[in-house]
Amino acid sequence: MRRLTHLVHALGLFVFCAMAYAGPPVEGAMEKQSTNWHAIIMFCIFVALSMGITYWASSRTKTTSDFYTAGGGITGLQNGLAIAGDYMSAATLLGLTALVYGKGFDGYLYMLSFFAGWPIILFLMAERLRNLGRFTFSDITAFRLDQGKVRTMAAISSLVVVCFYLIAQMVGAGQLIKLLFGLDYNIAIFGVGILMMVYVTLGGMVATTWVQIIKACMLLSGGTLAMLLAFSQFGFSFHTLMEKATAVHTLGFKLMTPGGLLSNPINAISLGLGLMFGTAGLPHILMRFFTVTDAKEARKSVLYASGFVAYFFNVIFLMGLCAILIVGQNPEFFEGGTVGGKLIGGGNMVAMHLAKAVGGDMLLGFMAAVAFATILAVVSGLALAGASAISHDIYARVIKKGTASEASEIRASKIATICLGFVAIILGILFEKQNVAFMVGLAFGVAAAANFPVLILSMFWKGLTTRGALFGGYGGLLSAVAFVVLSKSVWVDVLGYKEALFPFTQPALFAMPIAFLLAYIFSKSDSSARAKSEISAFDDQYIRGQTGFGASGASKH
Amino acid sequence: MSSEIYERMRVNPKFKELVSTRGRFAWTLSIIVLVLFYGFVLMVAYNPTALGQPVSDGSMLTVGVAAELFLFIFFWTLSALYVNRANTEFDAMTQEVIKQARREDK
Repeated sequence: MRRLTHLVHALGLFVFCAMAYAGPPVEGAMEKQSTNWHAIIMFCIFVALSMGITYWASSRTKTTSDFYTAGGGITGLQNGLAIAGDYMSAATLLGLTALVYGKGFDGYLYMLSFFAGWPIILFLMAERLRNLGRFTFSDITAFRLDQGKVRTMAAISSLVVVCFYLIAQMVGAGQLIKLLFGLDYNIAIFGVGILMMVYVTLGGMVATTWVQIIKACMLLSGGTLAMLLAFSQFGFSFHTLMEKATAVHTLGFKLMTPGGLLSNPINAISLGLGLMFGTAGLPHILMRFFTVTDAKEARKSVLYASGFVAYFFNVIFLMGLCAILIVGQNPEFFEGGTVGGKLIGGGNMVAMHLAKAVGGDMLLGFMAAVAFATILAVVSGLALAGASAISHDIYARVIKKGTASEASEIRASKIATICLGFVAIILGILFEKQNVAFMVGLAFGVAAAANFPVLILSMFWKGLTTRGALFGGYGGLLSAVAFVVLSKSVWVDVLGYKEALFPFTQPALFAMPIAFLLAYIFSKSDSSARAKSEISAFDDQYIRGQTGFGASGASKH
Repeated sequence: MSSEIYERMRVNPKFKELVSTRGRFAWTLSIIVLVLFYGFVLMVAYNPTALGQPVSDGSMLTVGVAAELFLFIFFWTLSALYVNRANTEFDAMTQEVIKQARREDK
C-alpha cells in the first residue's frame, strides 16, 4: 500500500511536470503572455508543497474520521482559513474584481450578500451542526429520521450541488489556465482533475484542509499586495481614487449608486436569500464544521472565516476601483490597443492585468499561481464532499446499513473520488463552450432550497417527520432546478427560446417556501407510528444539539 | 443510559436558563442582521438615488458605499460579540449542566 502511495504520488508530479513542459504558448493569441514561466514556476512550488503535505497527510489518514474530518483535530484558526478558502473560489477573485471594475456599487452589494449569511450561520447553526453531525450534514437530517430514505435524499441533493459547482469551477479552470499558462484547455482540465484525485484519495481531509489553508494565505497576501501597490498610486486616498475613477468611468458618479443589477426588488430579495441560505446549505462548507474539536472551535472558525471573507471582499472592492484607472486607461491591456475596447483575455482578467500593471511579471505570476491553486483547492473540497455523500451516506449507511468496515468505507470513498474526478473532467470538457455563469447560481439555489430547509427544520422543529423531510427536500430540489431551467439564463441563453417562462433570475425566493411548505404539510399530516417515534426522539436530539453531550469528539493520534 | 442523562439535563433549571438566554441572544442578533440586510436590499431596489448621494457635500463617498462598509464591520462585530459570550458564559453553563447530570449518574 505504502509503495502504491509513493507511486501515485510520483505519478501526480510527473503528470503535472509534463503539463508544465507542454506549457510554452502554442497558439498565436497567447503570444503576448510572455510571463508564463513565472506563473508556472510559482505554481510548481505550490504543487510541490501541497504534494509534500499530501504525502505527510497520507500517513495520518487511517480511519474514516481521519479521511472525512481530519480526525476532528483542526483548530479554529486553521479551520477558519480553510472555510474562507473553500468560500473564495477563483470566481470570487476574478469575477468580483471584474464586477466592481464594471459596475462599482453593484459589485460591492453582491459581496455584502455573499458575506451576510455568515453571521446567521454562526448564531443559529454552527453550534448545533458541530454537536449533532459527524461526517456529513446528512448525519443531522437523518439523526432521528429514516436513515435510508432521508440520507439518500440528502446525498442526492448534495451531489447535485457538488456537480453544478464542479462544472462551473472546471470550465473556469480550463479557460483560466489556457489563458494564463498557455496550456491546452483539455490538458488543463485533466491536470486539475488528476491533481484533485491525488490530493483527496491520498490525503483525505487532512491534505484538503492544508491545501486550502496554504491557498487562502496565498490569496489573502497576493490580493493585499496588489491592492496596496495599486492604492499607493492614489496616495492611499479614497477621495483621490474616486475622483479620478468617476471622471473616467462611463457610469460617472453613478458608479457609486445602485445600478441595474438588482433594480427588481423580487430579484434582489431572492438573490439575497439564495446567497445567504445557499451558503448554509453547501455540503463542502457544512463538512468543515465537523473537522474541529468542539462547538467552541466551530464558532471561532466561523468568526475567523467571516473576518477573512469580509476583509478580502473589501480588498477586492479597492482592487476593482483602482483597476478602473490603472487597467481601464492603459491601452496595453486592450485588444488592438484601443482603450475602452475589449480587454485582452476577456472581462475576467481585470485582477490579473492589475497585478501585472502594479507588480510586473512577478506579481502576475504569483496571482496566476494563486488563481490556479484556488481552483485546485476548491475542486478538492467539493470532490471530498461529494465522495463522502456517496461513501458515508449511500454506501455505508444506506446500502450496508452501518455494517461496512472502516477500511471498506474508505476504499469506497476513494473510488467515489476517482469517479467524481472523471465526471468532473468529462463535464468540464462537455461544457467548454457553454456559458457556465448560471451554474454557481444554480448550485446556491439548490443548496438554499433543497439542503437548507430540511437541515434547519431537522434541528429546530420537533414536528419534522421522514415523510415531511422527503417531500420538502425533493420538492425544493426539483423546484429550484425547474425555476433555473425556465429562467432566462438557461431557457433563453442556453436553450435558445425567445422568452423565459420564469420571469426572475433567482429561484430562492420561490423554491425555499415550496420546500418549507411541503415539509410542513407532509409532516403535519403524517400520523404513522414511525412519525410519532421520530417526533418523540427530538427531545434527546435537542439536548445534544444544545449541550454537545454525546457529540463525536476529536480522535487522538 | 444516555437517554436518562438527557432527561436529567432537560429538567435541570440551569439547562432551561442556558437555552433561553442563549436562544434569546442568538435570535436577537440574527434579527438585527436580517432586518438591516434586507432593509438595505429593499433600499437598493426602491430608493437607489438616496443611496447614491454623497455623505457630505464634495465628498466622493456615497451613502450606499458607506452603509455597506458599515454593515461589513457591524455584522462581524456582532459575530465577535456572540462568539465571545458563547465561548465563555454559555460554555461554562453547558459544562455545569453536563457535570451535574453526570454526577447524579454515579
